[in-house]
Amino acid sequence: MGEEKLTLKDLAAKPDLLAPGHRMCAGCVSASVARMVMKATRGPTIVATATGCLEVATTILPYTAWRVPWIHNAFENVAATASGIESALKAMKRRGALKYEHVDIIAFGGDGGTYDIGFQALSGILERGHDLLYVLYDNEAYMNTGIQRSGGTPYCAWTTTSPAGKVIPGKPQWKKPIAHIVVEHRAAYVATASPAYPLDLIKKVRRGLEAEGPAFLHVIAPCTRGWRFPTNMGIKLARLAVQTCLFPLWEAWWEDGHPVYKLSGPSEAIARRPEMKKPVEEYLKPQGRFAHLFKPERKEELLRRIQEGIDREWSLLLKRAGFA
Amino acid sequence: MELGVAKQEVMGLTGDEAVAYAVKQVDPDIVAAYPITPQTIIVERFSEYVADGLVNTEFVPVESEHSALSTCVGAAAAGARAFTATASQGLALMWEILYIAASMRLPIVMAVVNRALSAPINIHCDHSDTMGARDSGWIQLYCENSQEAYDTTIQAWRIAEHPDVQLPVMVTLDGFVLSHTLESVRVLPDDVVKRFVGQRRYIRVVGHEYKEVPLVLDPENPLTLGAFGMYTHYFEYKRQQAEAMEKAKRVIEEVGREYGGISGRTYGLIHPYRLEDAEVALIGLGSTMGTAKIVVDRLRQEGMKIGLIRIRSFRPFPREELLKSLSHVKAIGVLDRAMSFGAYGGPLFMEMRSLFYDEESRPLISDYIYGLGGRDMPIKLLEDVARDVKRNADRGRVAEPIRYVGLRE
Repeated sequence: MGEEKLTLKDLAAKPDLLAPGHRMCAGCVSASVARMVMKATRGPTIVATATGCLEVATTILPYTAWRVPWIHNAFENVAATASGIESALKAMKRRGALKYEHVDIIAFGGDGGTYDIGFQALSGILERGHDLLYVLYDNEAYMNTGIQRSGGTPYCAWTTTSPAGKVIPGKPQWKKPIAHIVVEHRAAYVATASPAYPLDLIKKVRRGLEAEGPAFLHVIAPCTRGWRFPTNMGIKLARLAVQTCLFPLWEAWWEDGHPVYKLSGPSEAIARRPEMKKPVEEYLKPQGRFAHLFKPERKEELLRRIQEGIDREWSLLLKRAGFA
Repeated sequence: MELGVAKQEVMGLTGDEAVAYAVKQVDPDIVAAYPITPQTIIVERFSEYVADGLVNTEFVPVESEHSALSTCVGAAAAGARAFTATASQGLALMWEILYIAASMRLPIVMAVVNRALSAPINIHCDHSDTMGARDSGWIQLYCENSQEAYDTTIQAWRIAEHPDVQLPVMVTLDGFVLSHTLESVRVLPDDVVKRFVGQRRYIRVVGHEYKEVPLVLDPENPLTLGAFGMYTHYFEYKRQQAEAMEKAKRVIEEVGREYGGISGRTYGLIHPYRLEDAEVALIGLGSTMGTAKIVVDRLRQEGMKIGLIRIRSFRPFPREELLKSLSHVKAIGVLDRAMSFGAYGGPLFMEMRSLFYDEESRPLISDYIYGLGGRDMPIKLLEDVARDVKRNADRGRVAEPIRYVGLRE
């Protein structure tokens, strides 16, 4: 394990593999997430990216921001594409035609390309057991195409296809529990992360790369355009998501036929001291996508349901992680 | 190195098995496939070779045809030789990635067993699946028999990976008529096949950090593949694809000739039969043209001056070769085993009519749509077609430009 080397000081000195000068939006958290993920690489690495913000804005011809070999195929197939790379390298190594002892493979997918249209391909690589790390950067809607709702969009959120109307107040469905679904595939390593806790995120990337078999990292990535907040608030919201237990931080792997869930620092602290848990309103209020819950009048019933939903999921996680 | 014709073993193989056997001898790095309905036996046989340790291939049993081709794209970009096989609905599901594989210039080889598209769900032979993919940028080689399916599967790698081409290749064989029918197939020794296909070759990228590097995902020389190309760059990509397709004509012929040198079986873009003094010609693709040869022989005995051309390479379309071969023909009967709904005739008919537009003397051309969903095309019906074309030639005009053959009306 190379974890002792992963200090912020050392990481700051490590050259960025996602170079500056790309065209992600000002205040984009997904770009910060990708940069942090690439800080955690440990040797020869190949990156595959699904169609989406990260793909479009980092590779506008004739420029590229990637200092690693990088491929984009289509929207729904980054998992399959990455599995092809992994299988190719395996076969080439067997023939003695690979000049590297090992190459890490990272697949980046947004929520649309992971929860929805890419779900089948993701399930496929988990079942087949390819040795790669899948990073879901979750900005909770199809941001690149114009803020349409996805399976990752939360309850009541406004999007352009779940507008807050007179009858329907934003998205009527809850967010799909994607990371738990991945755990149930018996994935080698699953974790959630927030860019508000960079060292935690980077260490999890490294553990995902070190795991033998498919690893999955679910990262919350607030979007200034789609969530409707000022460009300087992204990381703060990524922190509030954790502090309200809406997006708790944890890791999971399998031991002796059982899933082992472990809460990570900030979420474990709340588990031990529940009074630290912040009310969800603190997270919702700064975001324009939830403005209809507060204006013109407070929607008490919806706010209550959202809080209850979070509490329910949090208590479920506490049980899984051996608390309560 | 001139090898001379190799000693060959005769095996009893179906078209599917012939393709699988050729792939085994090529021993590519990965095979990714999915058994959509209809499924083919190609991958079943190949997975037996994998299970018995007869190949080094990494077999990736993916969860859809879409992922099968996506996996091949990733693998080929990583520098591997990649193969997949499909049919009908599976090819339709791959449609999005067909274009990507071709545009990224990845020399993937895919066997397509030609079968009808739903609805109604059918599974039997016609060409609607690959005709729907004709504009995707893949080279399309249509086989007449299982021997050719074997031979073409081997040649496909050389064509796809040629530095002037670097395009994916579809090797097509008619569903059931070839795919499930046992035939005597002469197979080359493994080492001869290995030598013939050689090592995979790559596009050279000039000027990557002042170096020339192969177009492959290599951590030492990081390249960005599949980037976002706007109106400033997209068009040039397409133009280069068109150029590669044009160059592929010469390469298909060269490889077909070279293959003749080791096997005694030479292949080209088109395969004419008894055409030299013909007034009437049948034109078509695939196994039906084997039957059509019998019809030509029979009608020749009656004194009809008839010949045929089987088009082997539908993409690239062999324009010059066809014009040259057909310059003396009075009337052509086009055999179309696919439809283009709302268009004037089938896909091959449209190509043939357009082909002669600039010519001073144009033959009469009529279209015969046949065999959809596996409807049989026996000798009798082909004879009717030939006689119809002859009547057109005799009266100097086409009586009925588009006819459906073997249809209950």
